[in-house]
Amino acid sequence: METRRDVYQAIADPTRRAILALVAMHAMTPGAIAENFDSSRQTISKHIQILSECELLSEKQSGREIYYHLNSLKMKEIDQWLEQFRKIWEGRFSELDKVLQKMKSKKK
Amino acid sequence: MSANLAFDFSVNKENNTITVKREFAAELQLVWDAYTKSEILDQWWAPKPWKARTKTMDFREGGHWHYAMIGPAGEEHWAWADYKNIEQGKKFTGHDAFADVDGNINKEMPQSKWDVTFTDKGERTLVDFHITYGDLAQLEATVEMGFKDGLRMAMEGLDELLPSLKK
Repeated sequence: METRRDVYQAIADPTRRAILALVAMHAMTPGAIAENFDSSRQTISKHIQILSECELLSEKQSGREIYYHLNSLKMKEIDQWLEQFRKIWEGRFSELDKVLQKMKSKKK
Repeated sequence: MSANLAFDFSVNKENNTITVKREFAAELQLVWDAYTKSEILDQWWAPKPWKARTKTMDFREGGHWHYAMIGPAGEEHWAWADYKNIEQGKKFTGHDAFADVDGNINKEMPQSKWDVTFTDKGERTLVDFHITYGDLAQLEATVEMGFKDGLRMAMEGLDELLPSLKK
């Protein structure tokens, strides 16, 4: 059965999350990515393929090697990080709301 | 509680700026204090489960705020903010950077300019927080760091959610 490839499916898998975290730092070849895992190279390349299909990874040819890097454009599109960034501020502000309430009641 | 308080968050890649606008249900003086006094900042500045802890703070033009974000496992991320211009009760600007426990600024990490404006709305106060990066690369680095942290947090949330989705 052909499953729909979407970003949520892509990031639901722990290995794929780890691959994203790796290439977020700098572009890497499939071999260099695979070295970080106990799984076989075939398994890792399957994960890379899924991430590429979801456009979370983009590839760049450099000589004979292919380098994968995080596709920031796609990141922007899906706004996943933005939502989380926003959540950090939301969390921060709801704490501040509580602090302000306390300050107000102390004043009275 | 914050359901009816205005909140706006946007990223502008053209001028490398993140803008966060938020209304608070308190008068200006209280909100101003909450942003400019370390004993209050320590109570809310760190996103949960992190805690903020001020080492030194001197809120005046040319002064600074040296603080740490303390993680659940006790890990410490230090930051250093310089205060540039202060208009009491109206706005302040600053420069924020990653640092170490001794206050040495880490030039490898993104730095940003803060421009924080307070608007008196009677019972409420609007705070306009502009964070500007020197160049697009620094904004993108922050975005990617935010993405990584965000992804981790989102995934932890997802990990909790998934069993309930699988019937």
